[in-house]
Amino acid sequence: MNGTDLWTLGVIVGLAGVTVLTRCFFFLSNEPWSLPHWAQRGLQYAPIAALAAVVAPEVVMVQGQLVSTWQDARIYAALVGTGYFFWRQGQGQAVLGTIVSGMAVYLPLHLGLGW
Amino acid sequence: MRRLTARAGRWWQHPAFGRGMREMAAVSPGLAAWGMMTGVAMVKSGMSTVEAVAMSLLVFAGSSQLAAMPLIAAAAPLWVILATGFCVNLRFVVFSAHLRPYLMHLPLNWRLFHGYLTADLSYVMFTRHYHHPPVNEVERREQLAYLSGGSLFNWVSWQGASLLGIALANVIPTHWGLGFAGILALIGVGCSLASSHLRRVAAGVAGLAAVAAYALPLKLNIVVAIASAVALCLIIDASWPKAPGSPKVPA
Repeated sequence: MNGTDLWTLGVIVGLAGVTVLTRCFFFLSNEPWSLPHWAQRGLQYAPIAALAAVVAPEVVMVQGQLVSTWQDARIYAALVGTGYFFWRQGQGQAVLGTIVSGMAVYLPLHLGLGW
Repeated sequence: MRRLTARAGRWWQHPAFGRGMREMAAVSPGLAAWGMMTGVAMVKSGMSTVEAVAMSLLVFAGSSQLAAMPLIAAAAPLWVILATGFCVNLRFVVFSAHLRPYLMHLPLNWRLFHGYLTADLSYVMFTRHYHHPPVNEVERREQLAYLSGGSLFNWVSWQGASLLGIALANVIPTHWGLGFAGILALIGVGCSLASSHLRRVAAGVAGLAAVAAYALPLKLNIVVAIASAVALCLIIDASWPKAPGSPKVPA
């Protein structure tokens, strides 16, 4: 099971190619081209939308289902982390504080109470 | 080549390079916890140490690595694994459209280099700072220095944590849930982007859509969520009275 094989290494090289292809997709070509104006306006919403889309299921879902109990450490950790950020109004090390305060809630609830 | 080396030296010395590194450092503990759990997960999925190290160093994309692991373990066909990786990475295609005007002044090999290194947070931090592509040499150098500082710091901390996770895979139990620190890091960065009403609307819509469309295969729910949030915000934006020169919506 834990032996190294060439097929797996080939897959890994292929996946590295996929990383380059997707991250560079629209600047591979030198051809002059620019996004339509509406799309440029729309792109300012893409970063926060992408983050919310990645984060939301990780906080409120378990194995593809919405959580059905309030005894879930992730919900409280996310609320406390968010609350910390806005309490500090995003100043200083607010993102670090979000991580630390969130984990300070998450770990005791998750490991101590098994939530 | 000498010209490029000289320019690279100037990025290094530019104050924006250090600023990019410092701002990335603020979010890196969460990312490091996440990177470490990705390293642990690779070994636990049955990969050898050599394979796990190669995957971390070469693929450098946490979500597509996590998606590929069970498929590799099941010996799925190559094209299925690559197509899955592509779909999970589709958000980067959106990011690349956004970054194109910022990077097109560079030769292709440098565009590939920066594109490859620009993971989620490097992109988010960069576009949070620079709302417009550079219009002259001074801005080009500053933006590139900031992007390089953030990307390199992110790469080093992610790789360091991931390799540590591979080394400690049999010592760190996954049930501790340390990977949740990565989600908290993303929440913190998301909060720092929530600078206008419409952006908060975008976050809410995308979060709801991602949960509602979760059953879609290949993490396509994320692409659906981005598309619906952007489309709705464009519609609201177009039907709202505009402040001149500002994308922000009046309170």
